[in-house]
Parts: sequence; structure tokens; C-alpha cells
Amino acid sequence: MFKMPEVKKISEVEWEIPKTGQMNVPGKIFASEKLMENIKQDKTLEQVKNVAMLPGIINASFAMPDAHQGYGFPIGGVAAFPVDKGIVSPGGVGFDINCGVRLLATNIKVSDFMKKRRQVLHDFKRTIPSGVGRGRKEKLSFEELNQVLEKGVEWAVENRFGKKEDLERCEENGKMKGNPADVSDRAKQRGLSQLGTLGAGNHFLEIQKVEEIYDEKIAKQFGLNKENITIMIHCGSRGLGHQVASDYIRAMEDKYGIVGLPDRELINAPIKSELGKKYMSAMNCAVNFAFCNRQMIMHDIRGILKRYFPKNKNHLVYDVCHNIAKIEEHLVDNKKIKLCVHRKGATRSFGPGRKEIPEVYRKIGQPVIIPGSMGTASYVLVGTKKAEEVSFGSTAHGAGRVMSRHEALRQFRGEKIKQELAEKDIEIEAGGWKSIAEEAPGVYKDIDEVVRVSHKAGIGNLVVRVKPLAVMKG
Amino acid sequence: MKYKFLEHTADVKFQSEGKNLEESFENAAFALKETITKGLKGKIKNKIKKKIKVEGNDKEALLYNFLEEFLFLLDSEDFLLAEIKTIKIKNNKLEAKIIGDDASNYKFTNDVKAITYNEMFVKKEKDKFICQVVVDV
Repeated sequence: MFKMPEVKKISEVEWEIPKTGQMNVPGKIFASEKLMENIKQDKTLEQVKNVAMLPGIINASFAMPDAHQGYGFPIGGVAAFPVDKGIVSPGGVGFDINCGVRLLATNIKVSDFMKKRRQVLHDFKRTIPSGVGRGRKEKLSFEELNQVLEKGVEWAVENRFGKKEDLERCEENGKMKGNPADVSDRAKQRGLSQLGTLGAGNHFLEIQKVEEIYDEKIAKQFGLNKENITIMIHCGSRGLGHQVASDYIRAMEDKYGIVGLPDRELINAPIKSELGKKYMSAMNCAVNFAFCNRQMIMHDIRGILKRYFPKNKNHLVYDVCHNIAKIEEHLVDNKKIKLCVHRKGATRSFGPGRKEIPEVYRKIGQPVIIPGSMGTASYVLVGTKKAEEVSFGSTAHGAGRVMSRHEALRQFRGEKIKQELAEKDIEIEAGGWKSIAEEAPGVYKDIDEVVRVSHKAGIGNLVVRVKPLAVMKG
Repeated sequence: MKYKFLEHTADVKFQSEGKNLEESFENAAFALKETITKGLKGKIKNKIKKKIKVEGNDKEALLYNFLEEFLFLLDSEDFLLAEIKTIKIKNNKLEAKIIGDDASNYKFTNDVKAITYNEMFVKKEKDKFICQVVVDV
């Protein structure tokens, strides 16, 4: 039943699944020997192969260094399809549409923060709703929600939940083109009380310090240095985005059927079809909701920082998407063509010059923010020209799980993990012991190895490593 | 066995069974509830009654839509399932009377993002029905 596809080593950090049978293109995996060992433990390679069978896919079906088994596409999967004859697949985006990360840089001294660490973290936990289903007490009206879906971060800025400069520090300026009418009422009902909420699972807030700088010049341009704290926000589009994915998987099944698909979760529609266009529109609305969600959380954080450090200054470094499909221009056989690039658990990694990058970073490449697991380092990388040439401008998005939550609960005790983190001088507040154990550092791949491979393959270059000082989990 | 959990690297996978289709679906709903509320102390109270109706093109789609209803109710109405009072399935249409409580009265931390079709099946084996589901967490 489950046969592992053959995989050929191309270089120290590149592997190939040769094109065979129904594959339209080969599979390409960015991994070291060590990461390949992890990858081979589940169905990642089979999923890379399945994606290679989708109509219109060009160049290769890619897996990033942190790839692991997903549903349909692997997590860490990247695939591009020409707009005129390709497909778009909700399974290639994922259920948590625009799950992503933003990084806030401050001028608050690490030493000043450490004096107030516990209180600040406690205030984060008290102020920012987190956990399952947990929404805010004050719900948005349908009217307001529609505005959020249409305008993204712009809505937040218009309503004084942010500054104008925040806009350009988000991918797509925090807003993609979508029509809220393409989002079902059911999806909207799930979103009404969830704007500005963290959720649970692997989502987190972290207060960090820069521990290591690999590229002084670029770090400086990103506003990162060893003296001051940074704050990382990792979350997505919550129930609204999940429902959009679910709705369109259902609609595409009704329209196109599931016969002949290598996996039911690979259901798709032509980009040019009415359903394909509607999905892109609804997905973009969910993308906007997620951008806005992170913006609202950042707004709350700014409020808390102001109370403890009244004179502090801070700025958004960047906000990146991890689960998304975007229409982008790429060079294929020396011709510029429009592609629908699916990144599912992957980060865009554009190099210098791309018009999509805000002006402040256009000469150096975009910031690529890669969160580690709870209690391990996170990284900021910079996008590269090489990534545009070899991976449609994409790199890894995080550490990637290697152990199930079930197994994690058998192996780890939340109390013990908290104590171990305390020994590393990391303070944590979480919804419960169990949620700490499930996200224990040991259940993830080695993030250091993931970014080393990204750097070595040239698809995202190291800029800084940050270490958590305080973590809040749902 | 009403349901059991199986190994899955990133997500949660379970199988439920029952002497008929209805019972296997009911147990799948309990497996989902267990996924969301695991570690919760005490029972969920029978305070709020609801009726649900779902349809699907095949048994898997029906199961998917049935389970998704509980995620929808949790996010939109803060409704947490305690018991299923009645459940009827006919021609890929399902009707159930369910009872539960306001989720904000309980403390739990497991977010199930979505039901998935990944490795999903509903099948009859000898004299019982078995459902398998992977949920995205």
C-alpha cells in the first residue's frame, strides 16, 4: 500500500525523486542527510510525488528542508502552475490560510525587560485571548468583518489599530484582492469573535533577544541588534480560514469529482475556472483576516509595552505568510510568466530588486522569519536571487514536527519541560501543562539544521538567530 | 472499543466503530471531542440542546460534514458537545439531536483546525462499521 518513492542525492543539500509513471515533473527536496532521515519516516516523499502528478505543474514538486507529512501536499511543499493552464488546490495552501509570522523590533534594552519579564508576560496572557474557540467578548458585526476581509491591515490602520508604516511591512502590504461575498456565512460566523486571538496548538507569542548575528549589514537594515528585545507573533486565520478551505474542497469535489486523484485532499480547480477564481478570492479574504489578526495582536502588545516602557519605540520588521497561493511572475526557460505559486508551510524568499518587496528592503531582499519550536532559537533570513531561480523564491517556514502529539504526551511532562526551559532562562505561560508537553522542543526537527540547509542551498541566507526570553502559548 | 487513537506525526488520527453506521459516527464525534478536551477534568454538562442536519455525496463526505459541524458550533456559538441523544442516517443525510454546554465554562487547549479527507474511510467489516479520520491540529 505505502511504497516510498526512490530518492536520488544530487548534492549535500539537494535530492531528487526522478520523474516516473504519472508524474509530470520530478520531485525536488532540499535536505541534508540528517533531515532526509526525518523526512523518510513518514509519507512526505509520497506526497511530493503525488503533487508532481497535478495538471500543469512546472519545473518540480518541491519540499523545503523542514518538510513533513501533511494532507494532500506535504507541509513544506511548494508547487507552481502557469495561470493559463494550471490549477489551484486548497490542499496546497492548507487549512490555516495565511498562518504566518511577524516580528516586531523595539529599542527596549534586554536588561530593562528582564526586570519586568514576569509581569509583562502575564499581561500578554491576560490581554490577548488564546486557546480553543476562545474569542473576544466583543464580536465584530458582519459589516465590520466584511471590511476586514476586503481590506486586511488597512482596516486596522483606518480604525487606529496600527500605524500607516505597518502596511508596507507586510507581504502584499497586508491586503490581497478578494470579494467577501465569496466567503460563506458559516466561515464568517466562525470569524466574528476571533479577530485578534492567538488560537492554540503551535501558535505562540515570544519575547526574544538577538543571540547571534551572521550578517551585520543586513541585520542593521532590518533594525535588529543584540541590545534590544524583539517580539514574534505566530498565528493564522483561525476558524474562518479553516472553513474557507473546507467549503471550497467540498465545492470542488461536487464540481469535478474525486476520480483519478492520487489523494482526495489534492482536489483542485483550473485557475481560470469560475470556482478557481472564487477560491482565490475567498482565500485572499482569509489571508486578509490573518494579516489583520496579527495586526490586532501587535496592537495589544504595543499597548502593554507602552505601560511598562512608556518611552519605548518599536517597528514592525516584516509579516510573512506560510500557507498561501499567490500569482507571481517568474522566469521559466528565460521567459517571464505568471504563475500560481502554492506555498504550504513555506516562506516566500525573494531576493533584491523584486517589486513585491517594500522599498526599505528592496536593495537587500525580503526578511524571511523562521520560528523555531517553543524554547529553541528562531531565525531571520534574507531572501535571495538563487531562491527565485531554484525554488520559485521559497524556503523553509519552521522546524517541522518529527513526533506526534500523542507520543509527545507519552514522552514529556509539561512540568518538567517548564523546569528545563527555566534552566535555560526562558519563562513560559501556557493554557496548560499538556499544551506545553505537546509542543516540547524534542518533538520538532532541529531548527539549526533546517536553516543551515536553507543557507547552504542559497534559498534563504542567515541574518540573525534569536533566543526566547519569554513565551506565551495558547 | 468505541474509538482509538493511532500514530500520526503532525496531526491526530483516530478510528471509531459501532454496530451500525450511526453508532460508528457517534463514536467518531466522541473521538473528536476527546481530541479537543483531552485533559479536561470533570464531565461536560447537559445544558444546551441542539439539532443538526448534514448531507454528503458519500459516507466519507457525510462523516466529514458531520464532524465539521462540531468545530463550527464551537467557534461560532461556543458550544461544546456532551452527548448525542439521537442520530439517524438515511440516503447520506444525517439528523441528530445533541446536548452540551457553553465551552467558556471549561478550560482546554487543543485546537482542531479542520477535519481532513486524509486517510479517511468509512467501511463495514463483518458485523461492524469502522470510521477513520485524521484531523488537522
